[in-house]
Amino acid sequence: MRIQGWLVISIFLLLLGCHHEPRNNPYRTRDATANIYYGAYSSAPKTLDPAKAYTTDEAQFVSLVYEPPLQYQYLTRPWTLEPLLASQMPQVIYRDATGKIVADPQLASSSEYIVHIKPGIYYQPHPAFVRTPEGLHLYWPLTAAAAKSYTTANDFKQSASREVTADDFVYEIKRLASPAVQSPIYGLMSTHIQGLATLRADLERARAQNPNALVDLRPYSFAGASVIDKYTYRIQLNDPYPQFMYWLAMPFFAPYPWEADQFYHNPGFEDHNITVDWVPIGTGPYQFTQNNPNQSLQLIKNKNFHGEPLPLGLQPQVGKTIPYIDRIEFYLEKESIPRWNKFLQGYYDQSGIASDTFDEAITYTAQKQPRINPKLAAKHISLQVSTTPSIFYLGFNQLDPVVGGSSPAARQLRQALSIAVDMDEYIHLFLNGRGQVAQGPLPPGIFGARTGEAGMDPIMYQWQQGRMKRRPLSDAKKLLSAAGYPDGMDAKTKRPLVLTLSIMSTSTIDEGTLYAWFRQQFAKLNIELNIESTTYSRFQDKLKNGSTQLFFAGWTADYPDPENFLFLLYGPNSKVQYNGENATNYHNPQFDSLYEQMTRLPNGAARQAIIDKMIAEVQQDAPWIWGFYPVSFQLSQQWVHNSYANPLINNQLKYIAISPQTRYQARLRWNQVAVWPIVCLVLSFMLFIGLGIMTYRRLNKRKPLVLPQEDK
Amino acid sequence: MLVYIIRRILYAIPVILVVNLVTFMLYFNLNSTDDMARMQLGNKHVTTEAIVDWKKEHGYDKPIFYNGNVSGLNALTDTLFFQKSLKMLVFDFGMSDANRNIGNDLKLRMGPSLAIAIPSFILGVIINVLVALCMVLFRETWIERTAVITCVILMSISTLFYIIFGQFVVAKWWHWVPLSGYSPGWSQFKFVILPIMIAIISSLGANARWYRAIFLEEANKEYVQLAKAKGLSNMQVLLHHVLPNGALPILTGVVVLIPSLFLGSLLLESFFGIPGLGSYTIDAILQQDFAIVRVMVYLGTILYIIGLILTDLAYSYVDPRIRLE
Repeated sequence: MRIQGWLVISIFLLLLGCHHEPRNNPYRTRDATANIYYGAYSSAPKTLDPAKAYTTDEAQFVSLVYEPPLQYQYLTRPWTLEPLLASQMPQVIYRDATGKIVADPQLASSSEYIVHIKPGIYYQPHPAFVRTPEGLHLYWPLTAAAAKSYTTANDFKQSASREVTADDFVYEIKRLASPAVQSPIYGLMSTHIQGLATLRADLERARAQNPNALVDLRPYSFAGASVIDKYTYRIQLNDPYPQFMYWLAMPFFAPYPWEADQFYHNPGFEDHNITVDWVPIGTGPYQFTQNNPNQSLQLIKNKNFHGEPLPLGLQPQVGKTIPYIDRIEFYLEKESIPRWNKFLQGYYDQSGIASDTFDEAITYTAQKQPRINPKLAAKHISLQVSTTPSIFYLGFNQLDPVVGGSSPAARQLRQALSIAVDMDEYIHLFLNGRGQVAQGPLPPGIFGARTGEAGMDPIMYQWQQGRMKRRPLSDAKKLLSAAGYPDGMDAKTKRPLVLTLSIMSTSTIDEGTLYAWFRQQFAKLNIELNIESTTYSRFQDKLKNGSTQLFFAGWTADYPDPENFLFLLYGPNSKVQYNGENATNYHNPQFDSLYEQMTRLPNGAARQAIIDKMIAEVQQDAPWIWGFYPVSFQLSQQWVHNSYANPLINNQLKYIAISPQTRYQARLRWNQVAVWPIVCLVLSFMLFIGLGIMTYRRLNKRKPLVLPQEDK
Repeated sequence: MLVYIIRRILYAIPVILVVNLVTFMLYFNLNSTDDMARMQLGNKHVTTEAIVDWKKEHGYDKPIFYNGNVSGLNALTDTLFFQKSLKMLVFDFGMSDANRNIGNDLKLRMGPSLAIAIPSFILGVIINVLVALCMVLFRETWIERTAVITCVILMSISTLFYIIFGQFVVAKWWHWVPLSGYSPGWSQFKFVILPIMIAIISSLGANARWYRAIFLEEANKEYVQLAKAKGLSNMQVLLHHVLPNGALPILTGVVVLIPSLFLGSLLLESFFGIPGLGSYTIDAILQQDFAIVRVMVYLGTILYIIGLILTDLAYSYVDPRIRLE
């Protein structure tokens, strides 16, 4: 090759290797030092409508845009509510059956929440609010022809805003009842909010008259929610439901402008996904600029955000107010491997840890404390650990003739299995140690949950030398024998005991290994276990019909109150009879009576005493093998500040700050292009071509294209 | 030829109807409309009323094939099958069960899918043909033996391995391209280059060996020996005689694939975060979003039929002896 050729290759390699930006940067080059937070999501949200969004996939986005009256304090434990759009904590009035105000919720038969909201709160800029000089709305109603020119939410040149009033909160509560919205909490709320079911019936009738027309909710008044003045509204409940306060911290109760419904009802908007499902309109710290859930969700600061003081204990940014981050970009990453590697390259600011990368990230000390591996520690990556307000358990269907019911034999069988199924081992094998063995239905951090010996389940464990120790298998065998199944044989029929576990099929862990482990646990007592692995829907169906024997399920708290866990064992909440969340259909009159007292009590000694009795009751009855409380591990890059693990908060990005320069420098260091493989490839290619030419020349002299066959 | 094309299109109509019918039967044999409602409504506080309301709202409150509550023709038309199929047949795909417009999503996702599929297809065919021709040209030399062994190794490895290996080596260790992601416009080059390379390499082994067999068969024919006897070089024989004549069977396998390029690649799109149509179908199946599933099956059927028609047309174009009647 001539010298010029080598020169061109050398310059090319030099340019490739010495480019000032990393070649593997997946983002815009001009944003290299911009104040942007980069995050990933593995599953696209199904909706961003505040009346519908309920899953964690949706909550992390919705909570950045919509603001309910209350929120959880970021750093305070136990979780404590504080006003967000409300100017103060709502005033709660309890009334007895005669309508007289009573102080004690135990004596009440209904309740009333008076919510005062802050004046001067404005919605994000949005085309739905734009008016012409004549006072008409510019972008609605549009004719079909005019609406055709708008194919994305960014096509609207003008935007405007207006102040939030109490009407908007009441309007959103009416949306919960709207058949067009299909809110997932309508069923639950209709049992609490006065007149919500009647409102639903009215709206259904109105809709039936003209199915394609938008039903304007404003003229419909109902007792459950009413405006007192511009900044005050009232919610009336059928019952004293102190836990309702927690619902006021969820986006279901955020203000929603009636103009939005009119705007999104323009002809053809739905065809371009210009709907409230995908183009939210809120008061929160951020607003969407790009909403393609199949690829990326991007938000910028809401310039109309009302501001909020930084919680004490967080690191303030000089001369700035929250939110500190200018823009947030979330990218869809379905696969854990690229997601994890991009975090290691500095392209994501925070990350969870998947099972297949756990060993690369974390080791446990001799004291079983998680520690970041040296490779990550060298990058100054930090770890935040928190126990989530969730529980996973093995439930015994109480309607089953073998494992269910209150007979001593069935109880002893359940107790024996509770000892035999070693959830410590499960956590170690399948969760990389990210779990805590449950001793009852209440996870740590929820009022009423006890630790140490007081919190121990005496059926499964015993306290020895200051530590909990799982009871020996011999105890389980004794209980099994007492239950009428000596050595796993039914004493009456002389046949081996065979149980069936229904489990929802999941692709997150090796199912075969998991099932083998479950069988092994039951085999310790010579009990044969059949496993019925089904789809999510089929599993729900079986729970609904009560056709399971044992099942593996879980629950994540809606709010941090013991009621939200203990109601999973409350008789009148049973799945089969009442279509509630008590999937085991457990019914214990003593427990139910205590539950009814507990729900109305404020946190305190009296409530704790009742909860202790309730937990003792269910520990004895063992309707669940308690399973585990999951522990969440989150990693943050060195340039992320003010990040604290708080599994109940979804809007913490408004408190978080980043140092873009630190990130930029780290990305440059961590992503230097390897030039040697290009040199090797080019040289190999040239060598191959050279050898090929030589071979061809030799071949052309000696050989025909194809060797003549013998018969030719 | 026009008559032939019209006849083929008419033949396609019953095929499409039957495929649609089978899709309905299979899907609703495995899933009930209650299952679909539960999947969309989540697992908390879902009441029976909520399921009934969801089904009504999304048009799943009718019987699937026969409505015994009404009489006459309505018994067939006032059904899930008729109501959901009729609009789809005229390409009005409506809303997905998760409330997104399917037509709009298809438009958005087609571009990214084609950004990988078209270059992979065109470059793949060119490289496969070149490698196969090289193997024929260098018949019974170390080059051919090396190439055949390499092809066997390449075709023995799973596509998933290529993806993970490619991501680890090229994107993670060498830092040449982003690990995953996508952006429209010119900047998409850095995102699609690695998936394209992987698509080409993963199909190289099998296709190059197949094309080699075709070319070898052609090279053994008498007219090739004659051409050689006339004094043409190996290269001339290969390019002017073997390649044009060997192209016919290659066309059979290649042209039929062209329409299905629109449907994207499932694995590549998923691992490289490409928001194309490949992952759209599997996501819909996992989410039990029947509205999307039936649309994708419908489109797949139509595109396959178009592929077959195109293959016939290509045959007649390449080989004048073939007449379409």
